[in-house]
Amino acid sequence: MTDLPTHTDRKLGLVIDLDTCVGCHACVVACKGWNTENYGAPLGDADAYGADPVGAFLNRVHTFEIQPDDAPAQIVHFPKSCLHCDDAPCVTVCPTGASYKRSEDGIVLVNESTCIGCGLCAWACPYGAREQDPVEKVMKKCTLCVDRIYNEALPEIDRTPACVRTCPAGARHFGDLSDPESDVSQLVEERGGFDLMPEQGTRPVNKYLPPRPRDEIDVLAPFLAPVDDGPKGFLGWLDRTLDRIG
Amino acid sequence: MKDGHDIDYDPAPGDRVAKTTCYMCACRCGIDVHLKDGEVAYIEGNRDHPVNRGVLCAKGSAGIMQHLSPARLRAPLRRTGPRGSGQFEEISWEEALSEVTERLAAIRKFGPEKLAFFTGRDQSQSFTGFWAQAFGTPNYAAHGGFCSVNMAAAGITTMGGAFWEFGQPDWERTELFMLFGVAEDHDSNPIKMGLGRLKERGVKVIGVNPIRTGYNAIADEWVGITPGTDGLFILSLVHCLLRAGKIDLDYLARFTDAPVLVNEDAASDDLGLLLRTEDDRHMVIDRRTGKPAPFDAEGILPDLGGKLRRRGTTHRSVFQMIAGRYLAKEYAPEIVGPQVGIEPERIHAIAAELAHAAFDKSFEIAQPWTDFRGERHETMRGRPVSFHAMRGISAHSNGFQTCRALHLLQILLGSVEVPGGFRFKPPYPKPARAHPKPHAKCEPGEPLDGPHLGFVHGPDDLCLREDGSPARIDKAFTWENPLSAHGLMHMLISNAHAGDPYEIDTLFLYMANMAWNSSMNTSGVMAMLTDTNEHGDYVIPNIIYSDAYSSEMVAFADIVLPDTTYLERYDCISLLDRPICEADAVADAIRWPVVEPDRDVRAFQSVLVDLGARLGLPGFVEEDGSPRYADYADYMMNHERRPGVGPLAGWRLGPNGISHGRGLPNGAQLDEYIRHGGFWHAPIPEEARFYKPWNRAYQDWAVETGLFDAPCPYLFSLWSEPLRRFQLAAEGIGTRQPPDHLRARIRATHDPLPIWYPPMEDGHADPVEFPLHALTQRPMAMYHSWGGQNAWLRQIHGMNPLYVPTKWWVGCGFAEGDWARLRSVHGEITVPVAHMAALNEDTVWTWNAIGKRRGAWALGDDAPEGKEGFLLNHLIHELLPPRGDGLRWTNSDPITGQAAWFDLRVAIEKVPASEASHPRLRPQESPVGCGPADVTQKVGR
Amino acid sequence: MHPAASLIAFTTLSGLGLGLLAFLGVGLAPDEGRTGLVFFALAFALAGGGLASSALHLGHPERAHLAFTQWRSSWLSREAWLASGALATMALHAALSLAGWRIAPLGWLGAALCLGTVGATAMIYAQLRTVPRWHHPTTPALFLAYAITGGTLLSGHVIAAIVLLALTGIGQVIVWRLGDGRVAASRSDAGTATGLGTRGRVRLFEGPHTGENYLTREMVFRVARKHVLPLRAIALILAVGLPIVLLALPFSHLLALLAILSHLAGLIVQRWLFFAEAEHVVGHYYGRTG
Ligand SMILES: Nc1nc2c(c(=O)[nH]1)N[C@H]1C(S)=C(S)[C@@H](COP(=O)(O)OP(=O)(O)OC[C@H]3O[C@@H](n4cnc5c(=O)[nH]c(N)nc54)[C@H](O)[C@@H]3O)O[C@H]1N2
Ligand SMILES: Nc1nc2c(c(=O)[nH]1)N[C@H]1C(S)=C(S)[C@@H](COP(=O)(O)OP(=O)(O)OC[C@H]3O[C@@H](n4cnc5c(=O)[nH]c(N)nc54)[C@H](O)[C@@H]3O)O[C@H]1N2
Ligand code: SF4
Ligand code: SF4
Ligand code: SF4
Ligand code: SF4
Ligand code: SF4
Ligand SMILES: [Mo]
Repeated sequence: MTDLPTHTDRKLGLVIDLDTCVGCHACVVACKGWNTENYGAPLGDADAYGADPVGAFLNRVHTFEIQPDDAPAQIVHFPKSCLHCDDAPCVTVCPTGASYKRSEDGIVLVNESTCIGCGLCAWACPYGAREQDPVEKVMKKCTLCVDRIYNEALPEIDRTPACVRTCPAGARHFGDLSDPESDVSQLVEERGGFDLMPEQGTRPVNKYLPPRPRDEIDVLAPFLAPVDDGPKGFLGWLDRTLDRIG
Repeated sequence: MKDGHDIDYDPAPGDRVAKTTCYMCACRCGIDVHLKDGEVAYIEGNRDHPVNRGVLCAKGSAGIMQHLSPARLRAPLRRTGPRGSGQFEEISWEEALSEVTERLAAIRKFGPEKLAFFTGRDQSQSFTGFWAQAFGTPNYAAHGGFCSVNMAAAGITTMGGAFWEFGQPDWERTELFMLFGVAEDHDSNPIKMGLGRLKERGVKVIGVNPIRTGYNAIADEWVGITPGTDGLFILSLVHCLLRAGKIDLDYLARFTDAPVLVNEDAASDDLGLLLRTEDDRHMVIDRRTGKPAPFDAEGILPDLGGKLRRRGTTHRSVFQMIAGRYLAKEYAPEIVGPQVGIEPERIHAIAAELAHAAFDKSFEIAQPWTDFRGERHETMRGRPVSFHAMRGISAHSNGFQTCRALHLLQILLGSVEVPGGFRFKPPYPKPARAHPKPHAKCEPGEPLDGPHLGFVHGPDDLCLREDGSPARIDKAFTWENPLSAHGLMHMLISNAHAGDPYEIDTLFLYMANMAWNSSMNTSGVMAMLTDTNEHGDYVIPNIIYSDAYSSEMVAFADIVLPDTTYLERYDCISLLDRPICEADAVADAIRWPVVEPDRDVRAFQSVLVDLGARLGLPGFVEEDGSPRYADYADYMMNHERRPGVGPLAGWRLGPNGISHGRGLPNGAQLDEYIRHGGFWHAPIPEEARFYKPWNRAYQDWAVETGLFDAPCPYLFSLWSEPLRRFQLAAEGIGTRQPPDHLRARIRATHDPLPIWYPPMEDGHADPVEFPLHALTQRPMAMYHSWGGQNAWLRQIHGMNPLYVPTKWWVGCGFAEGDWARLRSVHGEITVPVAHMAALNEDTVWTWNAIGKRRGAWALGDDAPEGKEGFLLNHLIHELLPPRGDGLRWTNSDPITGQAAWFDLRVAIEKVPASEASHPRLRPQESPVGCGPADVTQKVGR
Repeated sequence: MHPAASLIAFTTLSGLGLGLLAFLGVGLAPDEGRTGLVFFALAFALAGGGLASSALHLGHPERAHLAFTQWRSSWLSREAWLASGALATMALHAALSLAGWRIAPLGWLGAALCLGTVGATAMIYAQLRTVPRWHHPTTPALFLAYAITGGTLLSGHVIAAIVLLALTGIGQVIVWRLGDGRVAASRSDAGTATGLGTRGRVRLFEGPHTGENYLTREMVFRVARKHVLPLRAIALILAVGLPIVLLALPFSHLLALLAILSHLAGLIVQRWLFFAEAEHVVGHYYGRTG
């Protein structure tokens, strides 16, 4: 149903650590691999070997440069997929009910068999989290790997999103953000996790952990004190020290 | 979970899992290949695998698209058009193999050196080298010489192992991590996992790199050093630490040559050599007795301040030489800072941080162990500061000494092979002395006199012919680059074309895109490969090449032997070669055919086995001349390099059944590997996990496991005697003498202690005319040129701009969408530019190997890779610009021959926007056509 | 946003057609006999053609009927209902009127549904917080103004048309100014998009891929500043200025036709700008805004 649930039992989502993400795109491709073979239609690639390849991806990694006023510029890698918003505008605009938010876990999904490919939900999403498949012409978005996290055919340890399982740096975390005791909630608490574009009023479930401060160099810190102030200089110090430890 | 929609919550990833080893790069992660109806449906990381523990990088996950690439070769090819055109006819394997056999047999009969067999990013070098040795040509090497031999050789000669596959930081215990010149490295996933661990623990990371991307972007502190100056920066840190006495004296005295005595008699022929006992053991002064003693005598305490006058000659400890050298003012941060582009205060601050981590955060592990002198230690002391470095410091012409400087720094801090520091992975530690020496003596019809590659210890070990000329086509192990432990693949085509030192008949290449990104000067190499003599014949007469895909190099081959993909063949990741070990465990692995090829292709190693048998090479035939091995799988199981030691160490046959490490061949060995996830893995005993070079428990375990045949404890070599021997020769001492034009260079560069000198190109290209440094970096989601054929990966990196720092961006008046002409002494290119502020102010860079030749890789004619994409390689060269002395000076490290890719200097100017980057080379024809328009990959549809 | 031809055609044609239908509904246009037939036919052609072309924008037009299901929350669904209702009601009304049984309340209802459809179409855009330029009540107001003006023009009320054209023109200028202000005042930028704005100036360094994707093609369209003012002027002259002049001249059918064509051309430029100028906040992730 296109109406948003008034309440979700859980808020499953991702926490992404911008301090740790090295921008390797592993999550991007693992996501493509899993989701092309599973949920719904394959994620198509148009003009795959030609001049203008355009494929559907549910997760993409951007790279930003930050120029502070008085420090060297920094680079931050920025993975982004659907944030499974509580006030998901993509859901309410959908004319067919293909887009919906689940009341049991808060996951926002597209039912591909009823999607007419009008694109309106993608317009409504501030985050660019929805892409229409260039071949199948239905709307694609992150499913939070709904077909992994409850998947009885997978070993328990693998019931986690493909992108989280693969991330080599451990920059992606999955869990229930409605439970203050969960690992992800704890991380958000400790590290000051934040929302993207809060001014859009979407109330995203996914959170981002900020990069830790960079380049905090204390150039006024004392230099290492030299040892060679004795009469015999460095070798004198060496002799004294060796005697002491010998 | 039911939300009223028709969702399959429990899709099985496949109906069968095949566990094998990834080969989307050389990191060799374990993969779970999920198959549906025998087709590859999904690839994910193997959670039990020691290398990646379940994670997988972008390339690894995209393996399915590589396997399905439209660029896969389909059958053996014979050239029909001119070289480079890409015109071929498909022929049968029998035709291809009999043609190749005939040619090779003739060469072997008359002059085996006329065959040059070189391999690229091959992971079976112990096998390909064995084949080449049996064939008898001295001309064999892999790509290591242009890749990172500086790192390998400096590490092995200094401490018996280097970074990458040789060792790893103690991610779990280190308290400060410093990374020099790494964008990605071979240890792709382990480094990312390690960095992730450090971040989790809140450990500080310092990144030293002119470019702040990737790992350096997440470093807490970024040092945007001037390219080519790391050696000086590191030695300045050494200066600060020495001056403050923040060094591990106990460690230096016990485990390094710092207390070993050096001859300092200017009149002696042994000046600068180390004092030895009659039986060739290094001598130290025992601080307990004040008397000289062999370094490994039981119960001694070597004296770092030792001095000895013997037979009229004075000797002083290496440590005093070190103090004398690096305490000098020239290494003070105040002097060094401006040269390396780092404020002196920062150098002081970093030195203080290193000292703080190593000494103030030191800890002990309650693990008793016994050292090689028989002394028992109740604990293992931790020095929790660690380093990692790769091509950023090694791919310069001063790289060998820079890598040595870094090892000196590590060792002074006492942080190698200790908890929290840098740790070796088996079969390392293994000192240079335990490696073979290079061999190059060849006779018609005979195998070579020994392994091709190895370590020289002085002029006597060089590979020279009677007349003093180089024995090898790449001039490895000559006065030009004596310690060229991996050969010089980048000189192969250039020397073969020049007939210098001699002409060859056949170039046999495997898995190396030498006509493109593997060559230092792409346009030049293409010209050499197609150049003809006065009879209209090609100057390089024959080229045989094995590739799996329609690469640029394929177009230049006369015969192409099509390989399978990595999911269709057996491979062996062997302890004899570059295994997958970890610091706490020994391990090796295989690949095996998880799917059958659907084309007329054959695994190249099996083709070599076949060729070996057809040629009757020793080791490949039985006494009666019949083939010894059916194929490579058979070789992997049944070949024995030394009695009881074969390509694979797991599941051998011991006296009482299955045994690991040593043992007889086991016909069911590969089945065991397959059953156990494609790898074998055995933990190192707790007592043996640190202090490996000096730890009796480790040495004994290594012998038991078959890594060596006898314990070989050794001291770290801060003082390099091999280098000093070359220096002595250059000073006129000894029977084997360098040519005069090289004397000064050898004396200056072959210093037994780490030194810094400016990159060689600076002496050839005017730094005022060419004010910028130009670098490349590996993108994490692409492997060299192979990624371009991958429908998923090429969307991430389909073209590469040149990144320009703010100073030049503003200075040249660049705006988004602009183009620039980039000039070096060797040539010019026209390329798209983009702005980057987080970059050394005088450095430009681009992603490596994104640009493609049109027509290659089954891509469309106007694919961005061939249109806007470009290679920096057109500006680099395997030779330095001529100096008017009539000599060909290689653009390499004068010690190891490592290609100096990153010495490049350029000038930049804005030009009107262009349609395509330049030079715009003629397209090649594709023997496999072009890929389909749309891809919708789903097996289970 | 990408100014897709199908959407431009849809909004302009359906707006004009529905405007004319509304006039027919309330009896302010000739709705009887031959002339009536011509007027109804024109109105239905415009409205129907416009609505049909909107289907070209769909990935799966064969499932378009599903768009009727979500009227409770979706403006697109409401538009579907209203459009069908409007067309059906007006079809009945047309049939009855042409047969001479004109039922006024039915016409009034039809007219209301027609204008409702235009309003719903506009609300599809106006509801989008992601596009600050559209997210305002003036968006439906202006759509309605254009529809009514178009209806006046098409139904031949010269004086009323001149007045409404002038008012719509003034309204358009105001809407542009307000829209510019909203874009400038938007609190979203690369800093809020990434949450990194407090650390320094944030700029896209590398996109997630080197080519285009659905989002960049669909939403990250940017029209150069220097082109905007001339295009606005052209839109205004063609849609409003020229028709007023042509109508102010002594009446002739040819001039009236020219006025209508000019208005249509101006409307197309206006709609092209409506999409092209609309910056979607997702552009902040693609380095293609401010
Ligand atoms: N400008 C610049 N140039 C560089 C470098 C740099 O830093 N800057 N780095 C240099 C370094 S370190 C290296 S190692 C080289 C790497 O350069 P190359 O060794 O040339 O590496 P690849 O591009 O990987 O090419 C190897 C070839 O192997 C083929 N291949 C892939 N898989 C298989 C297989 O399974 N079987 C067979 N038979 N063939 C296969 C590929 O199709 C390709 O043609 O590039 C060098 N070039
Ligand atoms: N994804 C991926 N992984 C790969 C490869 C690949 O193609 N793709 N190739 C594999 C191969 S063959 C190799 S050899 C390794 C190489 O792995 P890396 O050593 O990481 O090699 P590069 O990407 O060439 O990166 C060199 C780094 O050194 C920096 N640098 C250059 N000059 C200097 C300098 O003077 N000082 C310092 N401090 N830094 C400098 C550059 O900015 C760059 O970041 O990667 C391997 N792994
Ligand atoms: S896999 Fe992890 S480290 Fe790599 S880009 Fe994704 S989030 Fe970042
Ligand atoms: S991120 Fe976008 S697609 Fe996902 S729920 Fe929020 S608005 Fe919808
Ligand atoms: S594209 Fe599909 S999911 Fe999105 S709004 Fe339209 S019908 Fe709904
Ligand atoms: S949760 Fe699943 S669908 Fe979503 S980005 Fe990760 S891998 Fe893709
Ligand atoms: S690092 Fe990536 S490409 Fe390389 S072996 Fe591992 S998974 Fe494969
Ligand atoms: Mo390499």
